[in-house]
Amino acid sequence: MKMVVLMKQTFDTEEKIVVKQGNIVEDGVKFVINPYDEYAVEEAVKLRDEFGGSVTLVSLGPSRAAEALRTALAMGADEAVLISDDRIPDDEYAVSKVLYTYLSKENPDLILGGNFSVDRGSGQVAIRLANMLSIPHTASITKLTINGTTAEVHRDAEGDLEILTLPLPALFTAQQGLNEPRYPSLPGIMKAKKKPFKTYTLEDLDLTEDEVKPATKQTELTLPPERSAGQILIGEPAEAVSELVSLLRTKSKVI
Amino acid sequence: MSRTIFIYAESREGKLRQVAKETLGAAQLIAKEGDTICAFVAGSQITEAISAILPYGADHVVTMEHADLVHYNPDAYFAAIKAALDQMKPDIVLFGHTAIGRDLAPQVAAYLQAGQISDVTAIDHEEGETIFTRPLYAGKAFEKRVFESTPAVVTIRPNNIKPAELSENAAPSSVVDIAYPAPSLRTVIKDVVSKATGKVDLTEAKVVISGGRGVKSEDGFKPLEELADLLGGAVGASRGACDAGYCDYSLQIGQTGKVVTPEIYIACGISGAIQHLAGMSQSKVIIAINKDPEAPIFKVADYGIVGDLFEVVPLLTEEFRKVLV
Ligand SMILES: Cc1cc2nc3c(=O)[nH]c(=O)nc-3n(C[C@H](O)[C@H](O)[C@H](O)COP(=O)(O)OP(=O)(O)OC[C@H]3O[C@@H](n4cnc5c(N)ncnc54)[C@H](O)[C@@H]3O)c2cc1C
Repeated sequence: MKMVVLMKQTFDTEEKIVVKQGNIVEDGVKFVINPYDEYAVEEAVKLRDEFGGSVTLVSLGPSRAAEALRTALAMGADEAVLISDDRIPDDEYAVSKVLYTYLSKENPDLILGGNFSVDRGSGQVAIRLANMLSIPHTASITKLTINGTTAEVHRDAEGDLEILTLPLPALFTAQQGLNEPRYPSLPGIMKAKKKPFKTYTLEDLDLTEDEVKPATKQTELTLPPERSAGQILIGEPAEAVSELVSLLRTKSKVI
Repeated sequence: MSRTIFIYAESREGKLRQVAKETLGAAQLIAKEGDTICAFVAGSQITEAISAILPYGADHVVTMEHADLVHYNPDAYFAAIKAALDQMKPDIVLFGHTAIGRDLAPQVAAYLQAGQISDVTAIDHEEGETIFTRPLYAGKAFEKRVFESTPAVVTIRPNNIKPAELSENAAPSSVVDIAYPAPSLRTVIKDVVSKATGKVDLTEAKVVISGGRGVKSEDGFKPLEELADLLGGAVGASRGACDAGYCDYSLQIGQTGKVVTPEIYIACGISGAIQHLAGMSQSKVIIAINKDPEAPIFKVADYGIVGDLFEVVPLLTEEFRKVLV
């Protein structure tokens, strides 16, 4: 089975966001594999170990994203592709077009990605790709079983559980609960260094800057107003509770 | 030039969802003079949902009813909306940022080769341009975004944009039924286990009562559920509680969970890790109940009670019951 995992490098979820001159500061920030993509990597590696085949990681991003790809190779993926080009804008229309150009020549049986990326959080790229590639998809899966050329999946839909079947090739996005991602082992890290790693630019994909013009543009970036600590209600629990309810009525006016 | 704004008026089990009115509200915010707003209602047995949207001021209502649309199937729903889009040729397409909207909008954006701005929390106009505000890093930052091309696809976060208002003399000028195109479905729904039916949707709830590792067990959520039921709210959780197996991951709030913006958020036995704060710090009023006076959650809470949640939550339920009668 030929599998492709769409992967993105994101800020560690512990990081505080700092904005300077309209940009998010990246100096000194720890980067990780997007947590949802980690489930996708784990699932692909497990399936490869069960059914054979290969796992190719594909990431679009700055050159630092190579670290995340190395980590995922150390988790057991077979090869990595980094599409890196400053001319590709931060816009899902453009990003999915670039990824489509690469993937349309690959014909994988299975494409796995994360439910959304914890930085931009727009959750568009994978589903756009499924549509562009004309393959079926299920987003937000918590279980995946392959039976020959069909997949059975569990999907988390606002708390309800849906059980679906669909034919391969197909695309899935991983939700928490799908599996427990492994830590890269030391031998895994050593092996990862020798695995194939390709880097592509727009030219390598036969795309021009004009073809990846963004459809949307950021005009402003701000931090939310800081929340200041409020009032601790002291005293016996019963007193504190009655004071709270009264404050909710009189001061906050929410009930 | 006048434009057509198309909204997906989401229904569930035949009933119009609150987010549908908010989506229509968003369309009204975007609309300039001369623009036309078209609302699309699709599903199986949607008579009630159709009548529910009629008095809210859409210019046209397009409907599609078919048994294939009883549950959300990406193939069926995409074929359905495609038929409606081909007919209406909209300039802007709007969805709620719900399980359905999150899945359907990118398919539509790909089909229309359009840009999409997801999870929008506010819409403004500056110098004739429509500006969309949305969170980054689950609310640790916010960006304003504009479209550089048409058509445009937008999903709006539930609970943030003012819903359309009832307007007595604004019945739609047309209500048109479009035939379901009956595609062959690749995806088959084998079963739907509804765990959330009858409950208030977490992302739409006005009141959220969340439990963390401090609830100590599945049973520990019971007092929280009682309070949520009383206030017509929903129960949420920290990842700590989910990881410990006290509840389903679908309840998780935070950077890798759901983002909620209720009027009242009550965190019970939650320490207040940065990933949790990312998902709830935009709530209007935050209340924290925690045994540990040093818990970081108190740094963002409007009101805090230092105490045992198993004592405080039932007292709170009683107190609310007193004032709500
Ligand atoms: C990649 C990644 C993503 C993450 N994403 C999320 C996310 O989306 N959402 C999220 O919530 N977390 C997330 N986390 C986890 C986060 O870092 C914390 O581990 C988690 O939020 C802690 O949950 P908690 O507050 O319930 O548990 P703890 O930190 O264990 O806190 C329990 C609290 O309960 C209090 N307590 C105990 N007993 C009682 C009692 N009887 N009465 C009152 N108070 C009591 C204690 O004083 C303590 O403050 C993520 C972590 C990682 C690494």
